[in-house]
Amino acid sequence: MSRPGFVLEVDDRTPPMIVHEGLGFRLESFPLGTRVVYPPESIPAVPDVDEAIQHALLNPLDSEPLPALLRPGMRLTIAFDDLSIPLPTMKAPDIRGRIIEAVLTMAAEAGVDDVKLIAANALHRRMTAAELKHIVGERVFRSFYPQGDLYNFDAEDRDELTHLGTTEKGEDIEISKRAAESDLLVYVNVNLVAMDGGHKSVGIGLASYKSLRHHHNAKTMVHSRSFMDHKHSEMHHSAWRMGRIIKDTVKVFQIETTLNNDVFPSSFSFLQKREWEWSVKDQASMLGVRRGLSVAPPKLKHKMFHDMRSVYGLTGVNAGEVEAVHEKTLEKVHAQHSVEVNGQSDVLVMGVPYLGPYNVNSSMNPILAACMGLGYYFNSYRGQPVVRKGGAVILYHPLDEGFNQLHHPSYVDFYEEVLAESTDPAVVGEKYEQQFAQDPWYIHLYRTSHAYHGVHPFYMWYWIAHALDHVDEVIWVGGNRKAAARMGFRAATTLQDALEMASGTVGTSPSITYLHNPPHLLADVR
Amino acid sequence: MILALEMFRSLPRTAVGKAIGTRMPGILSGYAAPLRLVTIDPPKVDRPGWARLRTRLSGICGSDLGALSGQTSLYFSAVVSLPMVLGHEVVAELLEDCEDLPAGTRVVLDPVLTCAARGVEPCENCAVGQTNRCSRITVGHLAPGLQTGFCKDTGGGWGQQLVAHRSQMHAVPEGWSDEQALLMEPLSCAVHTALRAGVKHNDRVLVSGAGAVGLFATLALRQLTPAGEIIVVAKHKHQRELAAEFGATEVVQPDEVLRRVRRSTGAFQLKPEYSPAYLLGGVDVAVDAVGSKQSLETALNATRAGGRVVLSGMPAAADLSAAWFRELEVVGTYASSQHEPGGRGAFELAAELAELDAVVRLSKSVASYPLHRWREALDHAHAAGRLGTVKVAFDPRSSQ
Repeated sequence: MSRPGFVLEVDDRTPPMIVHEGLGFRLESFPLGTRVVYPPESIPAVPDVDEAIQHALLNPLDSEPLPALLRPGMRLTIAFDDLSIPLPTMKAPDIRGRIIEAVLTMAAEAGVDDVKLIAANALHRRMTAAELKHIVGERVFRSFYPQGDLYNFDAEDRDELTHLGTTEKGEDIEISKRAAESDLLVYVNVNLVAMDGGHKSVGIGLASYKSLRHHHNAKTMVHSRSFMDHKHSEMHHSAWRMGRIIKDTVKVFQIETTLNNDVFPSSFSFLQKREWEWSVKDQASMLGVRRGLSVAPPKLKHKMFHDMRSVYGLTGVNAGEVEAVHEKTLEKVHAQHSVEVNGQSDVLVMGVPYLGPYNVNSSMNPILAACMGLGYYFNSYRGQPVVRKGGAVILYHPLDEGFNQLHHPSYVDFYEEVLAESTDPAVVGEKYEQQFAQDPWYIHLYRTSHAYHGVHPFYMWYWIAHALDHVDEVIWVGGNRKAAARMGFRAATTLQDALEMASGTVGTSPSITYLHNPPHLLADVR
Repeated sequence: MILALEMFRSLPRTAVGKAIGTRMPGILSGYAAPLRLVTIDPPKVDRPGWARLRTRLSGICGSDLGALSGQTSLYFSAVVSLPMVLGHEVVAELLEDCEDLPAGTRVVLDPVLTCAARGVEPCENCAVGQTNRCSRITVGHLAPGLQTGFCKDTGGGWGQQLVAHRSQMHAVPEGWSDEQALLMEPLSCAVHTALRAGVKHNDRVLVSGAGAVGLFATLALRQLTPAGEIIVVAKHKHQRELAAEFGATEVVQPDEVLRRVRRSTGAFQLKPEYSPAYLLGGVDVAVDAVGSKQSLETALNATRAGGRVVLSGMPAAADLSAAWFRELEVVGTYASSQHEPGGRGAFELAAELAELDAVVRLSKSVASYPLHRWREALDHAHAAGRLGTVKVAFDPRSSQ
């Protein structure tokens, strides 16, 4: 029986807490009275994954069973989430691959010949062949990739996009032509956190900049409260409006999966546990890893962390009509991630780990670190933010990994040029977004190399718009001062220094909440 | 007898300077510089149109430092005459009447020793006022020397006295400081650079370098051409501030220039093996205002196909592949002309620039040294960028 998440109040007996900070972690002693929010332990996984998949496909929600939707001569497209989820990458076999195999088996039995597999990477980078193979599995890869029937979505291939119209609010809907013109579009998702899935899958994963710009902008993001609660997220409202029109055009069979919180493999299992429950073995592991990290060169540390594969358990798989499926999915996600938190605090403390959705097999540059802390973790709430309006956020990350020129070329220009001029998401978006979105070099790199689209760093900055609007102070403990300053923040050496620096905003005895993640948690703030 | 800093022929010193002068500039002001402080007879005046002048201020130019460090190409060895007193950026006062100019007049020199100064019939270039292209710089009654300061017969500004021809003299307007007047010569070169750059309406221009040459080129480009965006490559903080003040649209660090040009022009960037990256696309015009291999290659690599690269600094050997492959027009700009495009002389245009507030403010930062402190002066000039100085000069009047 797994235990739910809970809130610990630091007292004299509380041991130092693990706080993630990039390619490493530290043990931090929090002031007495600090609230520490722990994620729930992993909920039980389904006993038989293949059986659960079969059951979902044959007993879908508000839809005919998948075999009934398949017929000879039809055009079938299977789209799937890219490597940005789950985090860390799932140990093979990936759940998406297992589902795709099941769908393909049914399609073959029904005599469907025209099948394409599309990675729904939107403006994310193209995945490499190895990354695609990891997701779909070796057999599917071998059968489809060499013929060009398994590929990354290209949001800049004008010939392969279709404009489906506009929503009642004038939002363009432009998605993959192949997907839009298919007789059946099967979408295979991994719903790692509550913001994933639903109409976001097709409406964003297979959409072009023309569509995305309507909800990926500072104005929409600042009114998305939070991203993890689609009923209160402007971004999701927009995606839902688009999704309902997509649904009228193309038959979508949505397959959503949920995972438990088994994020860390056995060698890092101490990171999964509560500190006072560490066994001697856990303590030895922690000390060994800590010592190793202290002497390891950056490249080795990067390899140690990025080679990590998670042994997630599948907690649910649901298929059928998008919204009906997503409701079921969210129930499971909330069961796994929700922690009840009573009231807001003056200061919110978060450790930013080595990994986010956009630096898989890459580096966590300062913009991505900010997005991870102030975008994803800050927004990991329902109800109201964990920190009060006008409070302070203290983040841990060295901000020193630099930029990956292959994956994030436009990030360098955004950091050096755009942020040097302004850090206001609305201001930079107004002045520079179009330039970056239409830059032919970025478009070329996005289409032919493995670069995120030119506009992507703007989206990262929009992700943090709500946090910037909500809090008065952001301080990075252990962060590179120059990088923090470039982003409009301050850096401190220790938590005590950070609290001292924040005292002008929150006073000398602030209430403090530390979100102890990863593993993932969703603070249900009452 | 006068005091003067004389450059002399010394193979060992030149070789040492060439070998390590750029990496250890201090060596040039210590042991390796082929330069000495001497007491010599003042240069003589024995032809009409010539007059003696007393130096008030004389600047240290990059070409002087290049000559002392052996970095200057031997190409120029045929157009100088050793031993010579350096100094071609000169503010001086007439010691005697010279045609229409009475004794005591403050003048700045156009240092080019043209046909008129040499007492020969005007060559085809001097005849049309393109005096910087004079074809007779080794003949006539003067020893070979492309300019005052590189000719053993005229002396130079790094001495207490020199001689000059009336055609070289431009009277300093009333109310100007010597420092302001000192900037006239480098400003006139910048005027010539800007007008040779062939800038069309709204062209994007890159100026690589923000020393005196680069800053003045930026000013001249902004004031005298219809340039649109001007991107200036500047290493030091004060250079960045001055570049913006002088008309740069954007100021970038040397290590980010290609990236910033690429961004602002929408060019594509390529990275060849074991070589610096270059752009397909880029600025319309690039000005190399440093003269180093790196700076020139930056200019070549950041210019669009069919664009123009202007050599304002004395150029170093560089990879010219881009000039061939991208069909670039590589344009040299040397000194200044008495007849620039538009018909006016470069010094006349430079005088207008020298009256701008930004230039007047800059003139107040000129650092001057007496001749006997030449080692410190050269050290300062070598490190001018780092030390926040744009122009270092000698003031021979303070030398005893």
